[in-house]
Amino acid sequence: MSKVLICAEIEDGRVSDATLQLASAALSAMPHSHRSIAFVGDDLSEIEPAAAALPADTVFLIEHPALKNGDAGVFDAPVSVLSSLCQQEDPDAVLLARTDYGSNVGPRLAFRLGQSAAQDCIDLAVNPESGRLAVTRPVFGGNAMAVYEFTGDGPQVAVIRPGCFDSAPLSGGFPEVIRFDPAGAICEPRARLMDTVAAQAEGVRLQDADIVISGGRGLGGPEPFSRLEELAELLGAAVGASRAACDAGWVEHERQVGLTGKSVTPSLYLAVGISGASQHMAGCSGARNIVAINNDSEANIFQDARYGVVGDWRQALPAFIAAVQDLQND
Amino acid sequence: MRIAVCAKQVPDPEIPASRFKVDEGSLRAVPPPGVSPVVNGFDLNAAEAAIRLCESEPSAVNEVTVFSAGTDFVMEVMKKPLAMGAHRLVLVDDPALAAIETDTSSTVRVLAAVLHEEGPFDLILCGRQASDWDQAQLPMGLAETLNLPCITLARDLSLTGDGSLRVHRALPDGYQVIETTLPAVVTVSNEYGEPRYPTLRGIMTATRQQPIRYSLADLGLQTQDPPPLRLKRLFIPERSRGCELIEGEDDADSGRLLAIRLREEQLI
Repeated sequence: MSKVLICAEIEDGRVSDATLQLASAALSAMPHSHRSIAFVGDDLSEIEPAAAALPADTVFLIEHPALKNGDAGVFDAPVSVLSSLCQQEDPDAVLLARTDYGSNVGPRLAFRLGQSAAQDCIDLAVNPESGRLAVTRPVFGGNAMAVYEFTGDGPQVAVIRPGCFDSAPLSGGFPEVIRFDPAGAICEPRARLMDTVAAQAEGVRLQDADIVISGGRGLGGPEPFSRLEELAELLGAAVGASRAACDAGWVEHERQVGLTGKSVTPSLYLAVGISGASQHMAGCSGARNIVAINNDSEANIFQDARYGVVGDWRQALPAFIAAVQDLQND
Repeated sequence: MRIAVCAKQVPDPEIPASRFKVDEGSLRAVPPPGVSPVVNGFDLNAAEAAIRLCESEPSAVNEVTVFSAGTDFVMEVMKKPLAMGAHRLVLVDDPALAAIETDTSSTVRVLAAVLHEEGPFDLILCGRQASDWDQAQLPMGLAETLNLPCITLARDLSLTGDGSLRVHRALPDGYQVIETTLPAVVTVSNEYGEPRYPTLRGIMTATRQQPIRYSLADLGLQTQDPPPLRLKRLFIPERSRGCELIEGEDDADSGRLLAIRLREEQLI
């Protein structure tokens, strides 16, 4: 029987959704595997009751002061303790979520174990002939898909994009809970987290918004974003932007939606002057309805949009805003 | 203090999706004819960061060397960081590297060897990820191979008084301040700021400069056994086009009708 190790994350004191998705990814790709879930932290007493009910065979609890918040930003400590756990447990596969933690720890863990990780996987399967994992990952900014297969016989480390698998149930399992002593693996720190600075949030948070209105390169400058703000105010929406608009300095980087930037899941995502490069779509593909205004009928965004206007936003957007006002006054 | 920047030549990511093709047999992207490759955008952010450190700390930083491993280099393209202000360009240029292009562990081995040959370096800067294979793991692999700290997603870099490096690490909602001992591997994100345009003088200087070249044999390397992760398939996903286009008498009318349609669907 193959062994899978899931590297868990804790979010707001709870087992993160992305972790539960890893559990269901493991179950669907390797249904008969032995599944372990490893938690790291400085104090796991709060998470322990929830961890002990997860649908897995084993739960590892690894506590050390150096593992506080997963050694955020530095990640030396979790890489060391997880590689030491892997040496003891010899898993066939190690799964992490493509979060800040997983996308840093995954590759470093893989290389420390003499392997190479598969980053940003959106699908996972086992090749019945080789018994090794095959992963699908978007490449060339999502313009193409690549299927990679692990070779050799070392641990197969896959970092999985959140949102690609349903979440496994949070309870109902009876795993054996094992405390793993990390003391021998922790080294003198080489880097330290000195401070965390939160961006000044204005208006509705992008990640929480039910409607997101985003502008891109097609807007041509910073001024048109004030029209988007105006519309956002009417609709109680948040304003986002493509990377091109952020890099040009038209809006702050905190507004960036995309693979590098935020992922949003509103019911309505209105994209104005955004071509829909797959880099951007990776951040809004979770939206229930994408609506596009763009003057290029060939633009990628229309592949994913449910409603669209092919035309100049300079005419279409003010008329759209005026119509929204009229509808609201009726 | 010497800074190394790792840079990769990639197909132009601005190629519109409709013109983007792949060869499913050779597992390669096929750029449209006449479209030149570029230096990976995030790697230019890394070069910019190295050059700015050099300018802001002239007493501490005295050299920026750009490294690349690959083949079929287009020299005007790869010289861009030199034109921006980097001092040296080192290319591991070997046809054997084409076959292992998608295997990060091979590239890590090659870059680690050439960094050792040309080293020591106090700081190794990389782009946060490449726009072709989007792996975002070469810097982590280098850091592990060289046993160095790896701080990712820098949006600001400065030297501290005690010889450490202060990194502002981009987060979705703000940033972390990390201080790391040197040497270290640091990846640079687009939030750092746009790379500068080369000046005419910079371009002239770069034109006269010749890169330092290595083959795999020069580094005592051979191509490796099967890589731990092998590319098996490359394809362009099919997309269904179910977009309902709203067409009015003119663009303004279309905008108005769109609002009405969205209200009908109770989306606004």
